[in-house]
Amino acid sequence: MARIAGVDLPRNKSAEYALPYIYGIGITQSRKILSAAKVPPETPVTKLTEQQVVAIRNIIADEFKVEGELRTDIKLNIKRLMDIGSYRGLRHRRGLPVRGQRTHTNARTRKGRKRSPGGRKT
Amino acid sequence: MPRSVKKGPYVSENLVLKIEALNRSKKKMVIKTWARRSTITPDFVGHTFAVHNGNKFIPVFISENMVGHKLGEFSPTRIFRGHPERKKGA
Repeated sequence: MARIAGVDLPRNKSAEYALPYIYGIGITQSRKILSAAKVPPETPVTKLTEQQVVAIRNIIADEFKVEGELRTDIKLNIKRLMDIGSYRGLRHRRGLPVRGQRTHTNARTRKGRKRSPGGRKT
Repeated sequence: MPRSVKKGPYVSENLVLKIEALNRSKKKMVIKTWARRSTITPDFVGHTFAVHNGNKFIPVFISENMVGHKLGEFSPTRIFRGHPERKKGA
């Protein structure tokens, strides 16, 4: 039904909680958009009128960077760091934490699943 | 937390003087420096710095993208040569 910024059409949720399904929009931005579009946040997605959808779509198109555009931007930022050979770029290249966290333990989100060094003993 | 805007970026005064002199005389020279904490300003673009990493001076050619970063970011202080081999047996 409601198609905003590409292929996002979350159903059976209130407008307030449906908009965050768009990459780049969280709950805060969602509330801002809805109040700017004069749509009550509780309205279910299925009950949004065509004008309301258009209003929301326009606000997002004008004021927000979402989905593909945002993703390319982030990638370019990281690429910039890697190209200039900065410390942060090096950490991105190696897939290690970038902001000075410890790596002696933890850091599993960046490093991925645990790999045991040199095979297991029996 | 970033530095207060009111203060402006920290740039080592020695470097500012040297760069100004170089820009005025239109010369290029490698500037040896220990001032890793100094921010890179637009004036630095096109110059080469030899930034100390605690052991050696690493040559860093400043490009436009680097403005706003610190000199030390381009001169790594640690070398990681892989983990030691685990001994067999034991």
